[in-house]
Amino acid sequence: MGHFFSYIVEPGLLSSGPVRTALLVGTVVAVTSGVVGVLTVIRGQSFAGHSLADVATTGGAGAFLVGLNQFWGFLIAGVAGAAIMELIGVQRRRGRDVATGVVLGAGLGAAALFLYLGTQTSSTTGASFTILFGSMFVISPDTVPALIASGVLALVVVALLSRVLLLTSLSPELAAARGVPVRAVGIAYLAALAVAVSLSAVVIGAVLSTALLIGPAATSLRVAKRPSMAMLAAALIGTAATWLGILLAYDSYYWPPRGHGWPVSFFVVVLVVVGYLLSYVRRPGRDRRAQVAARAQEEAPTREAGACSPA
Amino acid sequence: MTSDLLRLENVGVRLGGRQILSGVSFTVAPGQFTGLIGPNGAGKTTLLRVILGLTPTTEGRVLLNGSPRTRRGGGLIGYVPQKLAIDQDVPLRARDVVALGIDGHKLGFPLPSAKRKNQVNEALRAVGAESYADARIGELSGGEQQRVLIAHALIGKPNLLLLDEPLANLDLKSEQGIVSVLARLAREQQIAVLISAHDMNPLMRETDTVVYVAAGRAAAGRTGEVIRTEVLSALYGSHVEVLHVHGRILVIAGDEQQEPQAHHPSDTGVVVGLDRN
Repeated sequence: MGHFFSYIVEPGLLSSGPVRTALLVGTVVAVTSGVVGVLTVIRGQSFAGHSLADVATTGGAGAFLVGLNQFWGFLIAGVAGAAIMELIGVQRRRGRDVATGVVLGAGLGAAALFLYLGTQTSSTTGASFTILFGSMFVISPDTVPALIASGVLALVVVALLSRVLLLTSLSPELAAARGVPVRAVGIAYLAALAVAVSLSAVVIGAVLSTALLIGPAATSLRVAKRPSMAMLAAALIGTAATWLGILLAYDSYYWPPRGHGWPVSFFVVVLVVVGYLLSYVRRPGRDRRAQVAARAQEEAPTREAGACSPA
Repeated sequence: MTSDLLRLENVGVRLGGRQILSGVSFTVAPGQFTGLIGPNGAGKTTLLRVILGLTPTTEGRVLLNGSPRTRRGGGLIGYVPQKLAIDQDVPLRARDVVALGIDGHKLGFPLPSAKRKNQVNEALRAVGAESYADARIGELSGGEQQRVLIAHALIGKPNLLLLDEPLANLDLKSEQGIVSVLARLAREQQIAVLISAHDMNPLMRETDTVVYVAAGRAAAGRTGEVIRTEVLSALYGSHVEVLHVHGRILVIAGDEQQEPQAHHPSDTGVVVGLDRN
């Protein structure tokens, strides 16, 4: 048993500095992404989340070019992208995809230039790879406090706004009639989304960060009974995928080609997708809709008669 | 001092250079069930938005309990939107939606308490929605969703309930169910109800008064006084005919010399209350 355990968890895994940093940051990112992701899926803004991730690529590439830490590049570009989407009209349902698409295209165009210039000056493709696909084992320890603080900030914003965001996603007019500043709430939420995406970009890369944002959230929404439960489940699923991904990446050092670990991002993303597919295998209360329909059929005469006796 | 719950005085609204409403005046008393009737595009929704404080007036004023309405309406008004913008897979139960009626506009999240639970159950019972209280809101039928939304509005203890086309796209039975729930609330809890509809017939049994909106103007009063050929023709600015057929009212565009043509609404586009049977 002990031998089996040490076969799966490589000796020295937990004593490795980079691994410990990866586990810590990975957890913060998975929890933030999971919680923010649930609201993103409920609000139907997955595309906006993905676009912010692509825009973050621009920031990461730009930061690399000027020698700044990538996280700040991701964050600045993400928040700026969110602001531009808001200005173009991301709040309106019809304008939303257009606004998102325009910002997305512009961002990726700039990213192409920055990455090209970056590879020209440093004569290596390592940085581009890190920006696009993540670098969990090379997170510099001095950015860890900033990463954690940003995650906590995004979580606080979303926790404070969760009820209002739910009401707004039910019906924007209803929320407005109740005195909710719908637009301001939308902006605050987009900012939190930009932070979550930037964090996710550090861990699994700008291009893949949507996977950690949407995957666990979509999975948990299939099984959870309440939004709060879905947030908890998404945080747990994301954390599990991240930890398991780190473990597998560490092990993969001995996989072919020997001597080169596989990217952590690959494992995290695969695990997230596997989790989502598993939610299709068995979904508790999957037949609820059918049950509701059957019950409505059954009860319709009595219920309607009770409630609608003509006055 | 006035005993009117809601009073509109000569309200006019211009949006984007177009005059949407002009000279709209009417009052609603506590417990009064009023139909806000008119064809699509007549300005009913704008009128509701004005009362909610979401669209500013360019002329006239809106008084709530005798004083000009503030931005939030002071919790006096409960609003029921026409439909929900939510998918089936959102894990929000009917009772969660009703609970959002207590404090959904506030920051933070509530702690579960027996008091909240009782309030929610009471509101669900008042609209006859107990049997699907734990079903996901997105999986309910249109009529069931309307009841849950009415419970959501009701839990804030409003004096006035505004409903935007709640009967649109409902089957006949759900339609009757919603109307009698609203009538009972008006009668038993003295909540004034203002309900917009393009067809007045489902409301006829319960409404005391009607506000008829056409071409951006409105005529208000007791149903029998307003729904008359002369009054509505003046409102539309062209001749319309009010017909009573088997206890239902048809408002059709017509010519005094010719037979009324219910199937040709003509250029004014006015066909209100076409019998669906």
